[in-house]
Amino acid sequence: MFSFESFLDLPLIWLCLIGAAIFLYVLLDGFDLGIGVLFPLAPTDQCRDRMMNSIAPFWDANETWLVLGGGGLFAAFPLAYAILMPALYIPVILMLLGLIFRGVAFEFRFKATRYRRLWDYSFHFGSLLAALMQGMILGAFVRGFHIEGRSFAGGSFDWLNAYSVMTGIALVFGYALLGATWLVMKTDGVTQQWARRSASYVLAYVGFFMVIVSISMPMINAGVKNLWFSMPMFFYLLPMPVLTAGLFVQIWRDLRGTSEYRPFVLSLLVFLMGYIGLAVSFWPWIVPFSVTFRQAAAAGSSQSLLLVGTVILLPVVLTYTAFCYYLFRGKASHEGAY
Amino acid sequence: MIENFDPVLLARIQFAFTVSFHILFPAFTIGLASWLAVLEWRWLSTGESSYAQTYRMWVKIFAVTFGMGVVSGVVMSFQFGTNWAAFSDKAGNILGPLLGYEVLTAFFLEASFLGVMLFGWNRVSPRMHFASTIIVAVGTVTSAFWILSANSWMQTPQGYRIGEAGLVYAVNWLEVIFNPSFPYRFVHMVTAAYLTTAFVVGGIGAFYLVSGRHQKCARVMFGMAMIMAIFVSPLQFFLGDQHGLNTLKHQPAKVAAMEGLWETRIGAPLNLFGWPDQEAEKTKYAIEIPKLSSLILTHDLNGKVVGLKAWPKEDRPPVWIVFWCFRIMVGLGVLMILTGLAALVLYLKKQLFEARWFHYWCMAMTPAGFLAVLAGWFVTEVGRQPYIIYGVMRATEAVSPVGAPPMAMSFTAFVLTYGFIFGAGTYYILKLIRKGPDSEEEVYGAHGVKKPPLLTGLVSEKGGPNV
Ligand code: HDD
Ligand code: HEM
Ligand code: HEM
Repeated sequence: MFSFESFLDLPLIWLCLIGAAIFLYVLLDGFDLGIGVLFPLAPTDQCRDRMMNSIAPFWDANETWLVLGGGGLFAAFPLAYAILMPALYIPVILMLLGLIFRGVAFEFRFKATRYRRLWDYSFHFGSLLAALMQGMILGAFVRGFHIEGRSFAGGSFDWLNAYSVMTGIALVFGYALLGATWLVMKTDGVTQQWARRSASYVLAYVGFFMVIVSISMPMINAGVKNLWFSMPMFFYLLPMPVLTAGLFVQIWRDLRGTSEYRPFVLSLLVFLMGYIGLAVSFWPWIVPFSVTFRQAAAAGSSQSLLLVGTVILLPVVLTYTAFCYYLFRGKASHEGAY
Repeated sequence: MIENFDPVLLARIQFAFTVSFHILFPAFTIGLASWLAVLEWRWLSTGESSYAQTYRMWVKIFAVTFGMGVVSGVVMSFQFGTNWAAFSDKAGNILGPLLGYEVLTAFFLEASFLGVMLFGWNRVSPRMHFASTIIVAVGTVTSAFWILSANSWMQTPQGYRIGEAGLVYAVNWLEVIFNPSFPYRFVHMVTAAYLTTAFVVGGIGAFYLVSGRHQKCARVMFGMAMIMAIFVSPLQFFLGDQHGLNTLKHQPAKVAAMEGLWETRIGAPLNLFGWPDQEAEKTKYAIEIPKLSSLILTHDLNGKVVGLKAWPKEDRPPVWIVFWCFRIMVGLGVLMILTGLAALVLYLKKQLFEARWFHYWCMAMTPAGFLAVLAGWFVTEVGRQPYIIYGVMRATEAVSPVGAPPMAMSFTAFVLTYGFIFGAGTYYILKLIRKGPDSEEEVYGAHGVKKPPLLTGLVSEKGGPNV
């Protein structure tokens, strides 16, 4: 069958596409989950209604990026999918359970009268669990996996250690930052004031954790250390931490000022910096330190088939996603929607 | 103790549980989305407010069901890796792209436009809203297309070759996607979803008729549902028969299990009921109809039907599950046809909306579609055992290198979670049903249009209060 292998670097293209899908997921569902994390801290029930309404039309499409990331991994790098899923069995299942409780809360909460609190907590703890597990998956990923032949050969709890707990908490704060700055943008009045204050607190923690992760990564992995601290590379990469620090300062000032959009946009950039930093560090591993993305790649014909569809459909998807965000622009209200 | 459990068995039970739970929602949302599109079209073109009220009531139920469908579906997309890692590695080249297309063509579409459908009332024109409903409906059917293509390829694989390390490679994508059982399975499943919806809607409509509430809307629901029952149930019988013939060609062992037939025979009888005994290799207490099996399967009274003994013991599926689930499905299918017939007769006698006994009967039939869908899937999936990819890979070779304890734990967690979520979902749906359609006579109030929009071509003002 047809294959573009001969003139396109398919594995590389797919690595970029899946990297982009996962990153979009992190950003988009990041602010949804972040709102869930902050949910019980909001001052009033009306604030909570607004928080919910500000994401209700989007959360489903946002979560679909996770399905694309997971499904894309299965399609383009089946070996990586087949190793990572068993290796991360427990955190993946826990994440899914968290997403269940988070997802159903939207509909149930709108319908509930007596048990509204129950769904408030389902939303909160579901989001918290999902965010924590995603962070822990990252931590486990950084540490690498025990592999024999073409499959995972480690234990069920290899993923659980102090380091992954730390990255888990770090991501919870990261998402909370996205959520809080989203609320600054999408609400006004009491909710917005509260969101501004929360964002400032959270920002400090995010900075703290980013520093820890940045210092610990090279300490754990010699490869990462060589990369960042070898001579020409060091200077190429130096702008990244500097830029990130600048972003933090600007967000801090914006949160004190009147800007409504900028804190959110800049927080997205902070995530982008962190993500690029990770991507550079793990190049070219897709299962760290055992399988490269080229080894895990699916057959050329499989990658080609899906590429045709992706090139045509992804722009369409992005267009109507943008349309939906445009349609539901402006401040969210606390009133029931439909 | 758990360590001694068989991980393959646990992986299967866990997969079967999560996928069976998931399919309940698509079976309902596929049909409901299409029906909502029809309702909105009727409303926009006639201006009849009972359509609008019915739409608004069911779109809420749709939202709850869809939400549960999404969260249980996201679980499914990770289950291939968590439960069947070896299978994912080997078959990823083929199944991956199919599922990838499902995400790109269907999931994003459904998820994005669902937002417009639910929350866009005051922000888009009636036409755009109608378009969103249609898009969501198209998305659900597209999603069924791809996932059933993937599943059918596992049932009747073609267009592939087996390369190094046992990896499966696609040779001809068109043959992979349009594999022999796919057209049958796709059509049979989509009609199954329509029937499921029809019987739920009909049951609720009957409930309102009986209790004397919301009469106008109840007539819309009950009437439209009965139209489906009259026309689509016989169609489903025909499609199922064709599907069975196709299965006989490609998976004869499955058909032998459905029939509970052990010996290869000329002029084989139809076992109406009985108890297939895997050990004794015969169907006990069988009530037979002579030669009927041959007639149905070969269209010849003296046709030859191959029995299960033609396969070695380890290549036979668990017969009693297949045998009984098949009878449950077909039995329910026959009840649906009878319901349709009764509705037709009552309609001709102008008593469709008056005959109490029939309304009670339809209320009892409310869950029929769900049961038939589950039974059908059990026939299909259990009937292809011991293979995961028919004739190519056995389920025992497919399992993940995950021990029994995590599998058992995750299974328990899913049972508890799903039980709770399902209970709550059912509770809220029942609550919406008890409340019924809103009775206030606002026609196009929310759209700010005075006349039926498709008649006048009017477009409402956008904006309005923030939501
Ligand atoms: C006949 C149809 C059908 C079948 C057999 C399946 N599904 Fe499904 N699925 C749908 C029809 C559907 C749907 C109609 O498109 C759903 C149901 C409700 C919904 O929200 O979309 C859906 C939702 C849904 C979602 C969430 C989509 C989103 O985020 O919007 C995922 C990830 C899956 N499914 C994956 C699967 C997998 C991996 C299956 C097989 C093991 C599977 N589905 C069987
Ligand atoms: C949606 C309705 C479905 C239901 C109710 C269903 C039900 C089942 C059941 C009961 C089993 C266990 C069989 C056994 O071990 O005895 C099973 C196995 C399996 N099914 Fe399905 N299934 C459905 C759809 C699908 C689809 C769409 C796919 C793939 C695209 C799929 C892939 C599998 C796989 C991989 C297994 C495990 C391997 C095996 O035991 O054969 N199923 N399913
Ligand atoms: C009335 C007569 C019916 C007949 C003769 C029939 C026949 C069949 C057959 C032979 C299969 C197995 C195909 C295979 O595994 O290769 C099947 C599967 C199935 N049936 Fe039916 N069926 C009937 C009614 C129904 C009804 C009323 C529903 C639901 C409302 C339904 C839903 C399903 C589903 C969901 C499957 C599994 C998916 C598939 O393989 O298509 N069937 N049916």
